[in-house]
Amino acid sequence: MAKRQVNPNRMELLRLKKQLVTARRGHKLLKDKRDELMRQFLDLIRANRALRIKVEQLIAAANQDMLLARAVMDSATLETALMAGKESLTLDIDTRNIMSVNVPVFASLFEVTGELEGLPYGMASTAGELDQAILALHEAFPVMLELAEVEKSAQLLADEIEKTRRRVNSLEYILIPELISQIRSITMKMDENERGNLTRLMKVKDMIVKQAIEKARALDVAQ
Amino acid sequence: MYKVGVIGDRDSIIGFRALGMSVHDAATPAEAETLLHQLADEQFAVIFITEQLAESNLPLLRELRSRKLPAVIPIPSIAGTTGLGMFQVRESVKKAVGMDIFAQDEANQAEKE
Repeated sequence: MAKRQVNPNRMELLRLKKQLVTARRGHKLLKDKRDELMRQFLDLIRANRALRIKVEQLIAAANQDMLLARAVMDSATLETALMAGKESLTLDIDTRNIMSVNVPVFASLFEVTGELEGLPYGMASTAGELDQAILALHEAFPVMLELAEVEKSAQLLADEIEKTRRRVNSLEYILIPELISQIRSITMKMDENERGNLTRLMKVKDMIVKQAIEKARALDVAQ
Repeated sequence: MYKVGVIGDRDSIIGFRALGMSVHDAATPAEAETLLHQLADEQFAVIFITEQLAESNLPLLRELRSRKLPAVIPIPSIAGTTGLGMFQVRESVKKAVGMDIFAQDEANQAEKE
């Protein structure tokens, strides 16, 4: 680790000490943030796994129904029947704030109406199996939407946790040790200067005393 | 108002049309990629994509992952699940926790089955 060169003076020392205090406080805060994010994330990811399993089952079931429908109807009729409806599904989006990560909340307008407002095609040319398949999908849809919401939230949280963890680590393993070593090196340098100064003073004092003694002796001899 | 999109092979996704979703069929991964780019820039809140097509477009999925919208969610196609969806969930876990804490769970589950 390359050490940054710092001037060993008192002002620098004060500045670094202040910085260390801030870094320590920031480190603690980020650590708390990471822990809380992790707790939220684990809840979300558990829900995510459960929902995904459910969605996969529901879609598999719907696909089976669709397969049946395909078997009893020719594909042209089936496709015309399905394409007849319009793209009417819209979502309202809200955001939820989890530890300052904004995650989307999807509210389906379609859910508000509750029941499927009739099938989008006529009954005459289509088989009952198709109705079954659509109903199965309709049943799967709210769960899919929930999955989308939870999965997206989990992904965003995972990104945030990764970022926070990096910050925590860089504070803990880089910035704080560096500050401590800088502070240490400044104190050492200042102590060393202090000792140097002290010895110099002692030396000077010795010299002065010596001179005074010699002067006194010279006076004695003269008398 | 946001829309819900579905990308996949025709057979897997046509049913969603009846629910009023915006269905886009893509036969090849390249087509799916173009569609994904296009839908991501429009007002789509959720894009469901079949796992087969998602698998061949993983870099793009990763890119969209950090965006708030849309949520790109892999779903099993008519051929069944490839496990990609669950794999992505576990990848999130790895990213956040630093290790796969559910690996043990899954191994236990596999043992039971």
